[in-house]
Formats: sequence, structure tokens, C-alpha cells
Amino acid sequence: MSALCALGIDVGSTTAKIVGIDSLGEIVWHCLEPAEPRVEQQVGRFLSLAQDQSPDGPPLPLVATGYGRHLVHLAARKVTEITCHARGIFRELAHGGTLVDIGGQDSKVIVLSARGDVVDFSMNDKCAAGTGRFLENTAARLGIPLAQMGPVALASKEEVPISSTCTVFAESEVISLLARGVAVEAILRGLHRALVRRIVAMVRAAGLVPPLMLSGGVAHNQAVCSLLEEETGERVMPALHPELTGAYGAALIALERAATPGPAS
Amino acid sequence: MSAGAWARGRAGVALGRAALRLQRLRSEARPPHAPSEHLGPPLRIAPRTKELVARHWLEGRYANSQHKVAWVTSGAPVELLKALDFYVVYPENHAAICGTARVAVDIASEAEARGYSRDLCSYARTDLGAAFSGKTPVGRLPRPDLLLACTNICQTVLFWYRVLAHHFGAPLLLVDTPFVYHDEAPAHAIEYVRRQLEDAVPLVERVAGRRLIDADLRRVARLSKQASELWMEVMQRNRHRPAPISAIDQFIQMAPIVEMRGDAVTVDFYAALLREVDERIRRGVGAVRGERRRLLWDNLPIWYRLRYLGETLGAQGVALVASTYTNAWGELAPLIDPDQPLASAARTYIYPILNRSTGHKLKTMLSMAQDYTLDGVILHSDRSCKPYSMGQMDQRDRLIREHGIPALLLEADHNDTRCFTEEQASARLGAFLEMLEARP
Repeated sequence: MSALCALGIDVGSTTAKIVGIDSLGEIVWHCLEPAEPRVEQQVGRFLSLAQDQSPDGPPLPLVATGYGRHLVHLAARKVTEITCHARGIFRELAHGGTLVDIGGQDSKVIVLSARGDVVDFSMNDKCAAGTGRFLENTAARLGIPLAQMGPVALASKEEVPISSTCTVFAESEVISLLARGVAVEAILRGLHRALVRRIVAMVRAAGLVPPLMLSGGVAHNQAVCSLLEEETGERVMPALHPELTGAYGAALIALERAATPGPAS
Repeated sequence: MSAGAWARGRAGVALGRAALRLQRLRSEARPPHAPSEHLGPPLRIAPRTKELVARHWLEGRYANSQHKVAWVTSGAPVELLKALDFYVVYPENHAAICGTARVAVDIASEAEARGYSRDLCSYARTDLGAAFSGKTPVGRLPRPDLLLACTNICQTVLFWYRVLAHHFGAPLLLVDTPFVYHDEAPAHAIEYVRRQLEDAVPLVERVAGRRLIDADLRRVARLSKQASELWMEVMQRNRHRPAPISAIDQFIQMAPIVEMRGDAVTVDFYAALLREVDERIRRGVGAVRGERRRLLWDNLPIWYRLRYLGETLGAQGVALVASTYTNAWGELAPLIDPDQPLASAARTYIYPILNRSTGHKLKTMLSMAQDYTLDGVILHSDRSCKPYSMGQMDQRDRLIREHGIPALLLEADHNDTRCFTEEQASARLGAFLEMLEARP
């Protein structure tokens, strides 16, 4: 393994991630865990794991992102997820276009210029509809492992419309559909459709500039990718490490800062 | 009103004015401290503003024994009332005071408990809640003898003021200002407003118990014009870099132009503010230390988060240098003609930004972006103010796509803290500022 040169931490609402990169900006180490309520302890553990990777080296430059970024006291800089996701995806796919990041409690649509700069963005407001939490909640309610949600939904030819995009109300709707004997697969397909349509509305609001890229753990869900392609008519390019894109972007910023020393901000 | 009540009122006002003056002198004697390391020194006029506004509300406590009292909408042709010596209450200003004092939700809950929906404007709910419960941070609100609602700011006032009329048993005077769809209001629309103003005179005179004297109306119109012109000049000084007075400061300093328009003291106040702003320019003092980026604010402020916003932006070297909201109280000054007070009022009061098309607002923003050399726009999507927020998504899109001006839509509410999530707002603001920072 190449030597670690910089670290990025993304403390999200659902998971916490740390990424270590080498001098060329390649991911050489990472760790991902469910987010813990005691953020500082979890971050401390992450950092000591990182230290174990290069026990004799100096402290590594670190940039933090995600909702818990302000609790990462050792970070030289705290940067929003928008900037970090943009940086991470641009490094991976080397493309301008439109990035959709479906996170645990918010979803973001980021329009990137050909140089990788953020031109515009939009986020879901006031409501967790159209986020990973929407799928997580319903997976738990239906007793289906999260990883199986996509394949099960895609296997169904039937689809029942889910009218509510509210995470809580959709759960009630699912319960009543189940009570009426509707097949789980058809419900799941309908749920994915509801989520994707919510995302597509945000994409259209920001203005879809192809290609359409996807980051966040939900990018592993084939049903989301496939329905997103169906609804937009654009091919979806998932990130290479979708759940790590934000942390990767943070690490790249840390590496860049280390190469051009200046006042910490 | 009884002679005893009148004398007690006079004494109460005199004592209160003396106490407020003393408070102001003490504040002025203390060295000013900057609210944050990122912001410039506070305006020296701030204690005087505080005194002026507090005095206005102090007089309100005793107003029923001294004057006839009118409650009016913010865009009402107040000159007519001032010329007849009405004491004028602006429920919207009172609600904003409740917002900054963070008691608006408690007071609005009084209206909500009586069945008024949370979908209604939070100013309306705060005002109705205050009227129903008597709760207010200003001591006591005087009962209205007259209500004056002008539709140039929204249609909510039609219903809001009917509720007030019913509650207080006071006559309601309604001035209907037709919406201006194109660049110019049609002549018949202006004539329609002028006739309503003329027709209003007998009712206003009857409530006032005296005849309207033309010279008084002209004098008040002249004072309104002078104060509005001075306010406009203060704001236009922000063409300088660094901007001497942030839009956040303007939100505070605009109180007199709204609620004391037509008073001589208001003219003196803005003349003094202009002198201070000019002095800041001479000394190179900016509202934000190390100003790097300059933004426009669209819509009402988020009254309960003014400091948060100022400090969050200031920490990144970003100054809010202009706002369509504060601009609205100055841009119409040229239309006021003191020699034709009623005819010119018909024009002035038909043209507020909220009574004009969304395309007009976009044009205003573009022209401000050029005048003030702005780097971007924050559009506060204000859950309460539908007419102001309507069209913002399109305005934002066109700012970005047709004019290359970065723009952020920030969801909140001007008075209802329940509609604001700091974490989400910070995420959006932070990302927007990073985006601006990355631009050449």
C-alpha cells in the first residue's frame, strides 16, 4: 500500500466515513461505520486507525465534511458536502455534468462545469422525502435487507403508485397496501419510483446538464439507477466509490492544501 | 378622552422620553464594541435609533389619551393621517419587533389557538395574537379609532384588517391598488386610486374630528419625500467598496422610514445617518472587515436570525450590501410631489415592488447587481410572504442562466422560528459561499 498523504472525514447523518489518499490522490485506505451519537469519540477512533496506517509519519492533513464536520476539531478546514462531492466525483469521473448525491437525510443535485467547479446546486428542504432514509425506513418496515431492495423492486413487472413522498406517511401507505394484499415487490417498485421522481424534480429545478452522475450509498441500488435513467432519458454514471465520494473530496482538498501551504481558514 | 387621562398621558410620555434620552446618552458614552471580529464597528447612530423607536412605542402606550389612533399597513398612504395628527401604528413593524425579540411565535400562537392557520402570514398571526391577548414587548398597543389597509403589499391585508375591524369595532378604510402587470400602471388605475384617496378624506376627517388642511398635507408629503430621498442616498452609498452600511444594518435602520414617515424627526435622523455613512466612506470603514464578496438580499429579513446571518457571511468576508426590501422604502421617493399630495400619492402607492410583476422584480435585482457591483444574490423564500416569494424560482434560474449571477434560494420565514432550521440553512449558505469563493 502506498503511504497515506492526506485524510478526509465525512460525518453524515447515517454513516461516518474516513478516506486516506496517497500523494497521487488515489484512495489507499478507508473506513465506514454507522454514525454514532458521540461523534467526537468516533472521529477519535477513526483518526487513531489512520495513525496505525502510518505509525511513524507526521500528523496527516485532514479536512472534514458532512453535518458533523464542526465536531472534527483536528481538521484544518471544514468544507460543505457540496464542494467535497463535486471534488470527489470530478476526480473519479473527470466530467462536468450533473451529480445527484442521495444522502441519509438530504439529497443534493450539483451542477459541475467542465473544469469541475460548482455552478449551481439544490437540496431537498424541510423534509426527508427523496433521501436514503426513505428507503431505509420502508426496508425496515417490509423486513427486506437494504441491499435487496433494488433487485426485488426491479424483479417486479407490477408497480403500485405511492402517492405520499413523506417518509412517515409513505410508511403508513405501505402498511395499508400490505393489508390489502398488494405484493411486496410491486410496492417496492412504486416506492423507488416515488423517490426517483422526487429527485428528478430537483434535477430539473437545477437544470440537467448531462451526463448524470450518482453518489451516496443509494447509488448501489440498481433500481434507483435504472428508474433514474428511465425518468430522465439520460445514462447514469455511478461514482466508483459512491458512499465515499464526500470523504474522498475532503481528502483531495486536504492534499491540495498541504501542497500549497497558506493560512488555515 | 378625559382631562385627567390626557394629563397623565402627557406626564407619562415626558417621563419616559427623559428616561430614554438618559439611556441613549449613557450608550453613546460607552465605547462601541464590534459584535464580531469579522464585522466593522457598529453604527454610532444605533443608540439614537433605539431611542427614536422606543419613544414611538412609548407614545403609543398613551396615544389613546392624546390622539386619534390608526393602525395601517406598511404601504398605506399615511400622509393623509399624519396631516390630521393621527398616532399611527404599523402592525407589521410591531410584529417585526416581536420577531427580533423572539416572542413572535408565542404571540402568534394566541391567534393559532383561535383557529388562524399557520399557513397565514406570520406578521398577521403575530398582530392578531397581540390584539387578542394584549401580549406585546412594547408595553401596550393603543386601540385603533381607524384601520387603513392598502392592497399594494398583499391581499392578506384585506382579511387581516377585516378581523381587526371586527375585533376593535373600528371603521376600516380600504385602498385598493390594482396590480401593475406591465412597466407602467394604466392611467385609469392611477385615477381609480386617486379617487379612493379623495373619497377617503371625509371619513378620515370624521374620525379625526377636524378638517384636513391642504398646507398640512403638503408639509407631511414634503417630509415623507425628504426622508425617503435621504434613505435612498444612505443605501446608494453602498456603491462604495467596502460598503459602509450592510443590508443587515439597513433592516434595523429602516424602522423610522416605515413607521415615522412624514415626521420632521425622521428627516433629521436620516440626514444624521447619511453624515455618518459618508464619514465611514472617508475613513474607509466597511460593514464587513476585509470585504471580498458583495451580495444582494431579496425579500424580508429573517428577523430572529439577523446576527447569525451577518456573522456567518462576515466570517467569509461577505457583505450583504443591498436588498430589494430596504430599497422599496426609498425607490419611490421621486414620485412624491408635495404640491400635488393626493394625486402623487396615487402614483407612489400603486408602484411598490410587491404590486408589480415578477419580471419587474428581476429587472430591479439586475439593475441593483450592476449598480452595487454584486457577486451574487440570496433569495429568501419566505414562507409567510407569498407575493414576495412568488416567482423567485424563475428569478433565480434567470439570474444564473441568462446573467451568470450566482443565486441561492434560502427557505425560511420572516417571523416564525418554526420554519427555520439553522443546520440546513448553514449547509446551503456554506456551500453557496464556497461556490462564490471558487469563482475567479
